[in-house]
Amino acid sequence: MVPPSASNQAEQPAIISLEGVTKRFPGVIANDSVNLEIRPGEVHVLLGENGAGKSTLIGMLSGLQQPDAGRILIDGKPTPILSPRHALSLGIGTVFQHAMLVPGLTVAENLLLGEPWWRLPKKEALREKVTALADSLGVRIDLDAVASQLSLGEQQFVEILRALLRDSRVLILDESTSMLTPSGVEELGALMRRLVERGLAIVFITHKLREAAAFGDRISVLKLGRKVSEISPERFRSVGEDELIGEIVEAMFGKQHDDPDAANRSPNIFPVETPAILSVDNLTLAPSATTPGLAGISFELRPGELLGIAGIDGNGQKQLAEVLSGQEKASGGRILLENRPIERLSVGERRDLGLRYLTDDRLGEGTVGTFAVSVNFLLKQIDHPPFWKKGIEQSGLIERHAVQLMSEYDVRAPGSQTPVGRLSGGNIQKVLLARELAGGAKVVIFNKPTYGLDLANTLAIRQRILDIAAEGKGVLLISTDLEELLGICDRIAVMDAGKLTGIVDNSPTARTDVGRLMIGLAA
Amino acid sequence: MSSETGSATHGQMPLKKPGSAIAHRLVLTIGPILIALILGGLILLALGVDPIKYYGYVIQRGLLSPTGIQQTLTRMAPLLFLAAGLIVAFRAGVWNLGADGQFLLAAVIAAASAPYLADFMPSWLAVIIAFVLSTAVAVIWSLVPALLRAYQGVNEIITTLMMTFLGVSLANVLVKLVFLDPSTTVPQTRTLPVADRLPRLFDTTISSGLIFGLIAIVAVHLMMTRTAFGLKLRIVGANTRAAIHSGLSVPHLTVAVFALSAGLCGMAGAIDILGVQGNVRADWNPAYGLTVIPMVFLARFNGFASIAFVLLLSVLSIGGESAARRLGVPTVFTLLLVAIVLIVLAIAEYIDHRHNQAAKA
Repeated sequence: MVPPSASNQAEQPAIISLEGVTKRFPGVIANDSVNLEIRPGEVHVLLGENGAGKSTLIGMLSGLQQPDAGRILIDGKPTPILSPRHALSLGIGTVFQHAMLVPGLTVAENLLLGEPWWRLPKKEALREKVTALADSLGVRIDLDAVASQLSLGEQQFVEILRALLRDSRVLILDESTSMLTPSGVEELGALMRRLVERGLAIVFITHKLREAAAFGDRISVLKLGRKVSEISPERFRSVGEDELIGEIVEAMFGKQHDDPDAANRSPNIFPVETPAILSVDNLTLAPSATTPGLAGISFELRPGELLGIAGIDGNGQKQLAEVLSGQEKASGGRILLENRPIERLSVGERRDLGLRYLTDDRLGEGTVGTFAVSVNFLLKQIDHPPFWKKGIEQSGLIERHAVQLMSEYDVRAPGSQTPVGRLSGGNIQKVLLARELAGGAKVVIFNKPTYGLDLANTLAIRQRILDIAAEGKGVLLISTDLEELLGICDRIAVMDAGKLTGIVDNSPTARTDVGRLMIGLAA
Repeated sequence: MSSETGSATHGQMPLKKPGSAIAHRLVLTIGPILIALILGGLILLALGVDPIKYYGYVIQRGLLSPTGIQQTLTRMAPLLFLAAGLIVAFRAGVWNLGADGQFLLAAVIAAASAPYLADFMPSWLAVIIAFVLSTAVAVIWSLVPALLRAYQGVNEIITTLMMTFLGVSLANVLVKLVFLDPSTTVPQTRTLPVADRLPRLFDTTISSGLIFGLIAIVAVHLMMTRTAFGLKLRIVGANTRAAIHSGLSVPHLTVAVFALSAGLCGMAGAIDILGVQGNVRADWNPAYGLTVIPMVFLARFNGFASIAFVLLLSVLSIGGESAARRLGVPTVFTLLLVAIVLIVLAIAEYIDHRHNQAAKA
């Protein structure tokens, strides 16, 4: 951890200070004694992977959630932030990831929302204020434009404007660049600089390193709910951008001495002539509005091999998993399972051949939350004997199957009839694990299998993955946790913008190699 | 609205015994009905009608008198088919609000084909063919919303409602222009002679359609709860993304749901014509479909509970029709009662939910 330097005599007092703020959710510690200071005239970047605890932190700052421990000081006084409305009145304005404008209303009408209902909207006063603000910031905005017709960048600006009109002193931008075009990102960056010059404090949340380095004054790196590093403005000014990024990568992906992932496995090297159990050749998928698609993905997986897929979240990992499992149709390329082409087969046929996919979206698509655990065990085998005979459910067998799997995989639930949605994240993951590993698995794709789980469950799941590989099955492990990949994989591939930018053996230099591939430098 | 509301609320009370959970459910269902009857009574008082007398009369004419109970049970037949059709759709997350259009078109086809077919084949065969034919027409009528929902994601609430307007008008056009009986002055189809209609049960006037209706709704209930196909439909209804993830073909299942649902609604129309009405008069539209929807909701998409609620609706409407003539209370008062029941039920559900939340916190 970089200690905050004591020599900042020119620094203004913080508007908001977080002292040991902790927030727990069932089975997860989202924020673990986080200390943070937000000062006027600074862009404070919160950097971290998905699940690092950024959103929870923002939730507490904007009044959506309350910390379980620790306190929040505003202007030096301990002040609980009770509600979003309260946060606004304290001068904390939040612009969320997805624009929250009413699409059918004009910009002016959107800005006037939230006034007390009995007051007549003061359109003229608003026009004057907005023009003055926009001029001083060097931005043009048409108050009569309908919100849905604005570009995402413009919509974001309207939201920022809304926060400024309410006299915000602190502006929180939650992943604001994720939906923007590169030029939109540049504009937003320039705008942030002008806003801090006016004495505003900005909290800028992102997982993109370049943006953090380009727009920030101070960077706090979050990892698994803890603040693992803070880079002060002095440090910012004294080193070059590349060195800065290197430092951030080290903080985000580097080994922490108290990291729970110490259980290391010596990677196996597979001779090239070992026949592949899964081979993927030039797999492509057209990009959509929100996903990068896939561009010429090729790799081979050997029996017993554990191949990791590293990369910043949202670079096509999920698409790769879905195309392999058959959930999404590839636009080109071949997939061979034990030398048999499967790219035209359905999800069910691929599963029957032994290709299994553990989704990362456990409740969204992995299970039906309101259905019993016993039914969720068989979600992908409906109408298969012996559990269904001529289409009729054999409830006794289904029940016995459930009880057996629950004890085998240590699923803790009141009973097999409990709706799966009421289980903890770790137990839901065990249900998925039991379902996908049952009967004849040959290649298993794990998508972020330990994401959001507590330490005990994380270690248990990793052990399962190691056991599967030891049994001679092929394992594809998609993870955004580099430590996890370095801990258990044989080889690690890096995905960036829908491409595999490289595959490296898990040798002692893998950490640096993968880190460099992740930020777009050749290994 | 989740099709699994029932089991979800049930699951919120893990500490209670199953018996007390059922009792809780019963209180939550019967309570609102009683409250609604009281509120309805207040409205009757305001209209200057003695509520005790009205309700007594409704029960007397709808349930206790021999002719009344026979009419009530006969009325249940099409309503049971409609309830079955709605349960299939609602449990699969498809909001088929086009039951009335499907019902009426099937009814017209049954009324047009049965007398014609009976001219040159045994009447039992004519009735069967007319039944199948009208069911098929209802299924075809549902194809437009089905395909739009399955492949384009168009909201079926809108399309099925719009198809109902079209269907009702088309049925009228067919009666007035195509299947008009030239031998009568009122515009209507030819009439199926009483002797050729579905047999009556024993020595009563109850149509055997009641039996078919009961079979249909029990079959649908067992299909939804005990078969692989029903489970697939429920998964699509409860979590479409999980269905896709599990490799189910959601578009195919959606079309199948529409076909089943519309087919059953069509059967309701056919059974009403072939068993009771015998013909379709122009501008005839009983709008049973829309009155059955609240019953299915009250029953929480449970087939057996739906039978009870359909019986209640039949008693209220048959008794209400008689009471209208005797006491001058309009027949729509029945609908008013149903509406009050629904509103009270929703409030009860809300209070119960808040109570559960508070108990958990």
